[in-house]
Amino acid sequence: MTDASVMTRNDNSAQGGAGYALELRDISKKFGALEALGGINMTVRPGERRAVLGSNGAGKTTLFNCITGDFPPTTGAIRFFGEDITVFPAQERIRRGLRRTYQISLLFTGLTVRENVYLACRGVSRGRFSFIRPRRGDALSQTTEELVETVNLQDAINTPVNELSYGQQRQLEIAMALSGAPRFILFDEPAAGLSPTERVELINILTGLPSHVGYIIIEHDMDVALRVSEMVTMMHNGRIFKEGKPAEIEDDPEVQALYLGGGNE
Amino acid sequence: MADATSINTLPAQPGNWFDRVPPAYWVLGLVLLVAPAFVSPFILGEVFSRALILGMIALSLMFLGGYGGMVSLAQMAFAGFAGYMVAVFGSSAVVEISQGWPWWLVIPLALILTVIFSVAIGWLAVRTEGIYTIMITLAIAAAFFYFTRQNYDIFNGFQGFNSVEPPRLFGVDWRGNYAFYFLTLFWAVVCYAVVLYVSQAPFGLALQGVRDNPRRMAALGYNVTAHRVAAYAFAGVIAGLGGILSTWQLSQISPGTVSIGAAIDILVIAVVGGLRHPIGAFIGAFVFVLLETFAKDFLITLGMAGERFQLVIGLGFLLIVFFSPDGLLGLWDKFKASRNRDPLTGEDKGERPL
Repeated sequence: MTDASVMTRNDNSAQGGAGYALELRDISKKFGALEALGGINMTVRPGERRAVLGSNGAGKTTLFNCITGDFPPTTGAIRFFGEDITVFPAQERIRRGLRRTYQISLLFTGLTVRENVYLACRGVSRGRFSFIRPRRGDALSQTTEELVETVNLQDAINTPVNELSYGQQRQLEIAMALSGAPRFILFDEPAAGLSPTERVELINILTGLPSHVGYIIIEHDMDVALRVSEMVTMMHNGRIFKEGKPAEIEDDPEVQALYLGGGNE
Repeated sequence: MADATSINTLPAQPGNWFDRVPPAYWVLGLVLLVAPAFVSPFILGEVFSRALILGMIALSLMFLGGYGGMVSLAQMAFAGFAGYMVAVFGSSAVVEISQGWPWWLVIPLALILTVIFSVAIGWLAVRTEGIYTIMITLAIAAAFFYFTRQNYDIFNGFQGFNSVEPPRLFGVDWRGNYAFYFLTLFWAVVCYAVVLYVSQAPFGLALQGVRDNPRRMAALGYNVTAHRVAAYAFAGVIAGLGGILSTWQLSQISPGTVSIGAAIDILVIAVVGGLRHPIGAFIGAFVFVLLETFAKDFLITLGMAGERFQLVIGLGFLLIVFFSPDGLLGLWDKFKASRNRDPLTGEDKGERPL
């Protein structure tokens, strides 16, 4: 295992981020006097699946928000497949293949499952300002139906979102994240609130993603996180303090003390 | 403020559009078509035509407020601007200013300029939300009112323009009560249908998404600001059409048309009718025009001073909003829900009253 504050094992000294799906350099985020993130360096290869773990307040979601452009980092640079996206607005990052789900479901509750997924598909395609109603059978509508089937919501496709169970809403979040040929997805606690059966379904969906689609998953359920990731990054107090393979992280006494409840803390 | 509900449209609905029009719409359409045979020319012009025109302008506000979550008090300014442009580029009694260009050039030009005006105002207004949007659009409406009153080179100041008349087309004098009624009815139906259609198109769905969760829409790849500004442009066309018809009906346009009171009237119409569906704008307009036209006579009949007719109008609106924050559409929903409720258990019977 390496000390992540220096560099990760996937990292090298190459400048410009060639070959990386995501490259974070010295990312920090301050809210007034509070430093939510500090000195974050991370590189993720295309197709890599990584879990970011840490206790509440560790800065995981803030890190996601910086990557997706929900708010800009105070310092540092973000490169996405070699391109510097640090100052790009959120929609420009999405159009380059970056997707995310939210910790709290941010769905359009007045719309149906189909309409939610359709909006997600339309957002990364042409015709966002189209005044022409979509027709059944057009390419985008077919893609919408396929995505709904991917997350096993086909029986609820015409159901308004506010009538879905919480687990179904999380599945819908994933379907929306998969829209428009994503290259990299950020999953923010996708298993939160799911039943054991739904968690198994979630694991199947995540492990069944195309191999070229990489992701970072924030997850408190260690069982889910370690089963769907090949690398784990541990965060604490806005900083990365450990990185390694799932087995290494599980066995690390420092991690156990801080996060898994196996220490004296 | 009530949100406009989305109509589930993406799965193609069975049957053609003809089958999908509810029976109540056919009845309403028939009533509106035969109305001229049963009402006096005064009622036809001052109530029906006036209500349809105000309904169109309120519809533009409903589109922004109901689907986009942006309550704009500048819609009357957009309508008035279009009316002014028709007077400036077309014909009026003020020959020193009016250019006398043909109608087929003047009307598209007026609408294009109105869209540009709407986009400029929208670009400013979308940077705010909620009460601040109302305030900034109110400020713009007030500024436009005072500008038209003080500018004599383009807007002819306090007097404005008179003798602004619709063109004679197909041998029809469109100023006539019956012809003008059908002209306004046609455009009101077109605007209503287009708003319904667009609300279900990608642009309208995205606008509702922006209303519900702008942050999420940005995370889906949408340019939230651009969508909101585009909504202002679209609403500007509808308001502009209403403004042109209003100018033709009154044969004049002056600063009074775009006063702050007139701007607030449009908000009152939209809120009283209900912002959750486009039909609310027209229902609100009919109630507003009826009160405005007959409140004075009503007071005099009761032996009271007719000058206090605004009090009756205000009380009418107060009662509607007091009993239903969703306007008359909300009252209708409550009525339907109460009819559908089992009187003993209070549970929904699952039956839909006609």
